[in-house]
Amino acid sequence: MGQLLNGGHQFGTITLVSRSSLTAPTADTFKAALYLASATVNASTTVYSATGEVSGTNYTAGGVTVTMATAPTATNSSTTAGVAFVTPSASITYTTVTLSTAFDAVLIYNSTQGNTAVSVHTFGSQTITAGTFTLTMPSNTTSAALIRLATT
Amino acid sequence: MITTTKGLMDESLLEKREGTIDNDNETTTWIEYWLEGELVHRSAHVALKKSTSSAVEAASFN
Repeated sequence: MGQLLNGGHQFGTITLVSRSSLTAPTADTFKAALYLASATVNASTTVYSATGEVSGTNYTAGGVTVTMATAPTATNSSTTAGVAFVTPSASITYTTVTLSTAFDAVLIYNSTQGNTAVSVHTFGSQTITAGTFTLTMPSNTTSAALIRLATT
Repeated sequence: MITTTKGLMDESLLEKREGTIDNDNETTTWIEYWLEGELVHRSAHVALKKSTSSAVEAASFN
């Protein structure tokens, strides 16, 4: 499963933006966009959209780049079930922004691969006034990591 | 100095309000500064405890 998170398998025929090298590939770039509490962003979201995204002073549409410095980990083996997981390695920070309309969700998406959605995470509704919004990631463990794939 | 809607201001001139919300999904702290009844600064820090929901798109894992 770790190979899934590392892009080691292609089950379908979807068109990808080609990597610079298949033998020495580079990781894709992931971004995090904030969404209004009134927006519809959930498990059905397949691609980043500016519809329902927050707007305000010092916030750039599309959000900020997510730091993914820690490679995915997998605990499964050929004979035992397990979990593959990965978590951004740094907090996601929006600095000195004013976001006056309440927001409660962040979409993490792959900006290298056509802005395809990776995951949506919700939290208590917030507004920011000439301040900083920081989203700290859960611990990078089998039970808490932000993105987890499990076998049974 | 605090960044506010009126520019940088000395903290001593402002009324400070703080709060924390803690539940199964997050620990959130927020801080506000008020000037004569007007909110001039609000920051928030949301610490996620676990993945709350996921929308995994197959294209992301090819």
